[in-house]
Amino acid sequence: MRLRPQAWIGGTVVALVLLTALLAPWLAPQDPAAQELERRLEAPSWGHPMGFDELGRDILSRMIYGARVSVGVGLSVVLLAGAVGTALGAVSGFAGGRVDTVLMRISDVFLAFPGILLAIALVAVLGPALRHVVLALVVIGWVGYARLVRGQVLQIREQEFVLAARTVGVPPYRVLWVHVLPNVLPTLMVQASLGMAGAILAEAGLSFLGLGIQPPTPSWGAMINAGRSHLLDAPHLALFPGGAILLTVLGLNFLGDALVDALNPRLERDLERLPRSS
Amino acid sequence: MSQYLLRRLAQVVPVVLLVATLVFSLIHLIPGDPVELMLGDGARAADVEALRSSLGLDRPLGEQYLDFMKGLAVGDLGSSLHFRRPVTALLVESYPATLELAVASMAVALLIALPLGILAALRRDRFADHLSRFLSLLGVSMPNFWLGPMLILVFAIYWNLLPVSGRSGWASLVLPAITLGTALAGLLTRMVRSSLGEELHRPYVVTARAKGLLRWQAVVRHALRNALVPVVTIVGLQFGALLTGAIITETIFSWPGLGRLLIQAIRLRDYPLVQGCVLVIAVTYVLVNLVTDVMYAFLDPRIRYREEAA
Repeated sequence: MRLRPQAWIGGTVVALVLLTALLAPWLAPQDPAAQELERRLEAPSWGHPMGFDELGRDILSRMIYGARVSVGVGLSVVLLAGAVGTALGAVSGFAGGRVDTVLMRISDVFLAFPGILLAIALVAVLGPALRHVVLALVVIGWVGYARLVRGQVLQIREQEFVLAARTVGVPPYRVLWVHVLPNVLPTLMVQASLGMAGAILAEAGLSFLGLGIQPPTPSWGAMINAGRSHLLDAPHLALFPGGAILLTVLGLNFLGDALVDALNPRLERDLERLPRSS
Repeated sequence: MSQYLLRRLAQVVPVVLLVATLVFSLIHLIPGDPVELMLGDGARAADVEALRSSLGLDRPLGEQYLDFMKGLAVGDLGSSLHFRRPVTALLVESYPATLELAVASMAVALLIALPLGILAALRRDRFADHLSRFLSLLGVSMPNFWLGPMLILVFAIYWNLLPVSGRSGWASLVLPAITLGTALAGLLTRMVRSSLGEELHRPYVVTARAKGLLRWQAVVRHALRNALVPVVTIVGLQFGALLTGAIITETIFSWPGLGRLLIQAIRLRDYPLVQGCVLVIAVTYVLVNLVTDVMYAFLDPRIRYREEAA
């Protein structure tokens, strides 16, 4: 498998963001909640390269801690939605028949309902909280994995090595687990990197609307929202967190895109027909 | 064709009913007592009871559901708690603004995506192609809740060229339409590129060139027409997505559409209005998808034959 330079650029950006999130307590120069009220809205300087926010908090430190929210939500959503979607998609494709019909009709309803609207509605009624955001994004995210995995399983289960395994009496769950699923993995990785980009954008969007992570926990989306009322006097408030989201999502999309190219050019079209959660 | 149309219409009915059921159940998902939540902590017990009975929340669930569905059939979605007006009236007032924004954003997206995608397909693996791929990924990755404020900063505050917010004439439409259309432009550029790229290798394009057509004639008259069929589907599906994506854009620009109304309703805990907004946006999405499917079948007869055979 040959990867384009794009993959390395994307991979490096993603790795840096992951490291930042992991090492936040050691990297952040200050407590992200510590306030110096007399320095409110202060512009970037050598000592504080991203300046201070509307409550006199160091923006660089808040950005570093904000990476934890983005990465945490992104990873949890991808893992949970990926697990649920893969399980249902694999069973649906492998079992076929009535199970397949029922599961696919359920997924039709989820696809018919606009994703982000469902997420907003769910968080609106459940109340703004980190776990509700994750729950809402998993509820709208599993369908993409289920459809993709089902399609792949349908193709793979007809291949000779699967037929051979079944003929010699390997039980169905083992055939699925040992012979079919490992072949779905590359496709899943692509969907996971694109899905994580979507989840990070959606979390930031919800937090921007005030429906996501609540203050004082730093979230990039909420920081942009706070910066909106200071566009005139302190544009740096919105500039940095937005740039961070853009870079992270761009990195993930670069990576996913390069993986698609390397794995299977035809996959590109299948993926583009799936709704993104953002 | 009419048979196909009827079948697709019949498929939409259960989906709309399920969407309505989902919207109905939203208010019952609220942890705790929704009425106390709507009125806040200081509410008098008598007011709580009055609101509960006016919303019908004191009656059995089955009865509430039937009433909700009956109301829906005649366009009665109850009254907004905050605005003290019928929800339907508020929705009807906001709808045109959302539609206007969606159409304008689609126009922005197509104006960017068509030339960029065609250029990329014709200059495959050259500089223009790489640039177009990068730009389209940048567009897809751009958070619109950041792009919006940045556009306001540059075009409305620094250069004072366009209004910051509101809906007053075409000038106020420009920034929201760019904000909402950018991500879609990225997606469509990729679609046009890959779709046209495939068509360019087909024998009929070679034939067209062989009989003496210039390259651009072969592309525009023959390849592009076929290449745009899958693009039409994406345009349709994404038009539905634009209506929902407008929630954030409308909030940024105080654009008086359905999305802003929904966010207002959520902040005010005006649940009948929340239900109404979610329902209208979701049903519009379903209907737009239906129209897209039908258009696709109309443009590409293979689809409907396959469906009819199935």
